[in-house]
Amino acid sequence: MNAADITNPASPGNNPESNPYALNESSRARTCDTTKLPVCFDAQRFIRLNAVLAVVFLLVGGIAALLLALTRWQTVHLLPADWFYRILTLHGFNMLIFWILFFEVAILYFCCTSLINARLYSRKVAWVSFGMMAAGALMVNGIILAGKADVLLTSYLPLLAHPLFYLGIIFMAVGTLIGVFNFFATLFMARRHKTYEGSVPLVTFGATAAAIIAVVTLLHGAIVMIPTFTYSMGWTAQPDPMWYRMIWWGLGHMSQQVNVCAMVAVWYLVATLAVGAKPLNEAVCRSAFVLYILFINIASAHHLLVDPGVGATWKIWNTSYAMYLAVLASMIHGFTVPASVEVAMRTKGYIKGIFGWVANLPWRNPAFSAVVLSLVIFGFIGGITGVTLGTQQINIIAHNTLRIPGHFHATVVGGTTLAFMGLAYYVVPLIFRRDYIWRSAARIQPWIFAGGITLMSFGMSFAGSMGVARRTWDIDPAGAVYGPPAHVMLGLAGIGGSLAFIGLLLFVLLTVGTLLFGRNNTGRAMESWGEPRDIGDAASVARKTDKEEHKTPGTLVLVLIFLAVFAVYYFANWKALADVWPVR
Amino acid sequence: MTENTPKHILQRLMDNPWILLALGLAIPFISYTLWGWIELLQVPPAPLP
Repeated sequence: MNAADITNPASPGNNPESNPYALNESSRARTCDTTKLPVCFDAQRFIRLNAVLAVVFLLVGGIAALLLALTRWQTVHLLPADWFYRILTLHGFNMLIFWILFFEVAILYFCCTSLINARLYSRKVAWVSFGMMAAGALMVNGIILAGKADVLLTSYLPLLAHPLFYLGIIFMAVGTLIGVFNFFATLFMARRHKTYEGSVPLVTFGATAAAIIAVVTLLHGAIVMIPTFTYSMGWTAQPDPMWYRMIWWGLGHMSQQVNVCAMVAVWYLVATLAVGAKPLNEAVCRSAFVLYILFINIASAHHLLVDPGVGATWKIWNTSYAMYLAVLASMIHGFTVPASVEVAMRTKGYIKGIFGWVANLPWRNPAFSAVVLSLVIFGFIGGITGVTLGTQQINIIAHNTLRIPGHFHATVVGGTTLAFMGLAYYVVPLIFRRDYIWRSAARIQPWIFAGGITLMSFGMSFAGSMGVARRTWDIDPAGAVYGPPAHVMLGLAGIGGSLAFIGLLLFVLLTVGTLLFGRNNTGRAMESWGEPRDIGDAASVARKTDKEEHKTPGTLVLVLIFLAVFAVYYFANWKALADVWPVR
Repeated sequence: MTENTPKHILQRLMDNPWILLALGLAIPFISYTLWGWIELLQVPPAPLP
């Protein structure tokens, strides 16, 4: 691992002798024994706090997920109806909001300090942020488990929950916004005091994009939740339900775009840490992040594609024409990340054939395998289904069916959660300074989780294709409406969900076990997960890589396979739509 | 690139998080929120009995 691959700290000679914001001159920082990156003590503390709470909420959400999977598996049908909707509400908040946001704040603090050689702007602001987020999350979870907020994640009006439910969400949103402010303030001070040279590193740029998207998201949250809270208190009239839906999805869907952006930043970071990959073209990668900033948030309109209050022009512009620029960005990242890994491997001498480099990738590194699986699941399942289901015409045969959870479990869980799990295999040794225990189990954990979530996503998607509705406790309330194939697919989703839970539980046990019993690595490098070594003599490798510099035939083949799958799936759905209303 | 070489306008854009923040706020708020809000305001009240 080489810090120079991902950061560009200012050389001390170019700066005033005492720079209060530069970590490499501060007594409130240490140098990482593995990466040689500077680590701000304040940032380290809040990365630890946020990461620990993130894992706690991941476990809560995961237990809820298992209960839901075993309920929608019609043969098992575990929970009674009231508890199904209660646990579904709990699951949504813990997995989509709490686990992800706490982990993302930890990522932001890392990216704005260690990578640009700057100390965290304010410890007090970080405490306020963390305190509000923790209080909000506990408030929401408590009120849900008390049975006073069975309104699901969306809490569509006129469904009404206890006021503390809305207050908890407001606390969570404002707390996160304060954390994002701390990130921007750190960037501002770092730039003003020249703690780094040139542009910020790509990973920090990606984190900045995520933070910008988070601001838009959280402002929508404030706009919709404050009047809903005052309504729940009886102080104001009920907000219009159509308006509520539109603004709420400015919170609900945009928050998932923060995840996408942060996940891509993690892909680049882990690719660098695991194989020494460098972005193929910084300008292209950064432009793709800019496309996210500008256009990804408008995808929220997907959720309103069958709403009568907004017109077709608004729907099509926001879900197709403009949004496809954000899809383009995802496809750019989907190419540049594996391509940068391929170039790094070929530079090390793995030049045999088109896929010789793939066989020699560090598959025993759980961080790397998690990121590769995240990329594949996000692109091949989540991305393709997302673009297809977001097409206005096709959406009519999929809206509110299990195909939608089948899609977003591939993006948010198979994509983001798995990438974050992968990052944890570096965060724990580097920030908590403990080497992972039971490393053989750690090496298979991403595969178990990815296999489970893929099975579940397939089961949900195919059941949804047969018309099975989402958010429904019982699919056969009035007899056997659906045939055996739908039940088989729900069973597949149940098995996949259970397998994914085993992977999740293994991750939590490994991580908590490491924090309690892991060997302290202070004063030495972390125990390596295994990196691909350079092969061949330097001269031959240099000659070969000169000739093949930036050639990525393996990635090109993978991209062509991806595009072919995309085309087949997309047009199969048009065919399915045509079958709904046959023209004779 | 030397210090005296002027930066390309796109490079300057990407190096300025505040302009990106402003654009990132403006585009979704106009394209999704404001436009959608205006459309909802134009929905006539339901003629309930």
